Amino acid sequence: MNTPLNSVPQSSISSQALEPVVVSETRPLYWSIRRELWENRSIYIALLAAAGVYLIGYTISLFWVPRSMREMVPPHSTPPLIELAMPYAHAGMLIAATAFLVGIFYSLDALHGERRDRSILFWKSLPVSDLTTVLAKASVPLVILPVLVFVIAVLLQIVMWLESGAVLLLTSASTATPWAPPVFEMQLVLLYSLVVMALWHAPLYMWMLLVSGWPRRATFLWAVFPPLALAALEYIAFHTTYLSTMLHRRLLGFDALAFDLVDKNGVPVDPHFIPLAQLAPGRFLSSPGLWLGLLFAAMFLVGAIRLRRYQGPI
Amino acid sequence: MTVIEARGLRKVFGATIALDSVNLRVDEGRILGLIGPNGAGKSTALNAILGLTEYQGELRVLGRDPWLERDQLMRDICFISDVAVLPRWMRVSQALDYVAGVHPRFDRAKAEGFLMKTDIKRTSRVRELSKGMVAQLHLALVMAIDARLLVLDEPTLGLDLLYRKQFYDSLLNDYFDRTRTILVTTHQVEDVQYVLTDLMFINRGRIVLACSMEEFESRYAEVTVRPEQVAAARALKPIRERQVLGRSILLFDHVERQQLAALGDVRTPSIADLFVAMLGDGPGDKGSAAQGATR
Repeated sequence: MNTPLNSVPQSSISSQALEPVVVSETRPLYWSIRRELWENRSIYIALLAAAGVYLIGYTISLFWVPRSMREMVPPHSTPPLIELAMPYAHAGMLIAATAFLVGIFYSLDALHGERRDRSILFWKSLPVSDLTTVLAKASVPLVILPVLVFVIAVLLQIVMWLESGAVLLLTSASTATPWAPPVFEMQLVLLYSLVVMALWHAPLYMWMLLVSGWPRRATFLWAVFPPLALAALEYIAFHTTYLSTMLHRRLLGFDALAFDLVDKNGVPVDPHFIPLAQLAPGRFLSSPGLWLGLLFAAMFLVGAIRLRRYQGPI
Repeated sequence: MTVIEARGLRKVFGATIALDSVNLRVDEGRILGLIGPNGAGKSTALNAILGLTEYQGELRVLGRDPWLERDQLMRDICFISDVAVLPRWMRVSQALDYVAGVHPRFDRAKAEGFLMKTDIKRTSRVRELSKGMVAQLHLALVMAIDARLLVLDEPTLGLDLLYRKQFYDSLLNDYFDRTRTILVTTHQVEDVQYVLTDLMFINRGRIVLACSMEEFESRYAEVTVRPEQVAAARALKPIRERQVLGRSILLFDHVERQQLAALGDVRTPSIADLFVAMLGDGPGDKGSAAQGATR
């Protein structure tokens, strides 16, 4: 029975909440992340495609190895370490750069897509909080993509290592000839680099996530145009470039903080092979730029959670 | 047990009052139809009940504040808002996996059982299904959730007659068990006339009619008046008069059926007839009828 206007009994609206159902806090988060991977297959397909293309190119390049080995005469019979490391480093860089682009475009669509196709009404009909949903979306560029980059890059480098070893064996080169860089060390440095980049780029990803929950269309323009316009305004009005410098550092400034790019003898370190000794996690973790960036990332994340709460279909 | 209770529920969008101090109570085991013209405040009311929009006033759904406790409330409430909200990229099997993963009251075997009665394949993506099949899938997911309240906002919009009938038949035969409560809004009122236990009209953010279907049937009568009785019929102050094939059809509120039988053929009006009588001359113009309806 329903009661119309002004006829609700005057007793207070008593609490009649049902027995709470015990549910693990992490279960909705786990399924929300799985949902993101189902919905955005480009997250792993793009990385696998980049790895595949690189492997094909590398495999073809191995046809030239026997001739170049024959042409080597002492004292240059040992390829320099950097030359050996370069293909492995490029493999990691290509997959990491692909992941950065995927992360940016994923974040820009993360909250917009579900509003655009009205599926937000389905997601919100289930007992998954906005906090859980947005955290799952934030975890894609910050956790899932770095993990995928590492796994795919390691597998790619192992295949490259095996391929190059097999080619050298077939060409009867001396087994004493170094034919690969210290791949394991490079992989540790890659892992460190991925953690550094995820932390350093967190405010960028979270800004994109925030913007994805706000305009009705053209999220890319909304995300990119205001910072660029402000930078241009600053230059025109004050002839200074603080904002554009800050944006540039936010994109690429992590390497100068996270690595010692000059060794103890004052010799510059080639970025294709950075020894473990040149990592500078202490300096990176104590840099104000990192923590200021993370503070902004947290603010953007909170904003994105609040936006999702208020937003409906477009 | 009261499932929904609202006092002074109000929602304003800029200068537009979407809900104007609405009071209502819905008890357990009822199937309530919330009917109103476009822009009347139906969806706003449902969104407030579902915790999708902020509101002023007091609102409790299953004892909880929907705005503050939406995710906990969604363990006990299901809703289908519109027909096309299932993600188009999703496979049927993924929909089952996901709902089973996040919903503690979802019975996957039950959902599989409902789907067995349809032509829906587990491997199909939602975008590959017809509109009717998407509605069947959504209903199968919802009916497999042991919820206390089911809210349906235009759940059959755009579906053909067969799918619409199947939808409500399934709802009544396979889901409704008199301990659950269903709240439905639709413009296809003829589909729900014999499904509802209660009826509510909303217009311009105010509830202008609220009654049980038993009350509706006993209170309202439509008479095809014999020509010689038209003057006498008009004297009984019908709330609406219309002409069909030269015959006068008058709709009465609170007039004895025995008295009406002397004037012509008497029948229970359709919800649509009453809706047009009360709201048909423009939203909110039938103030007197509305006041009478909520007496």
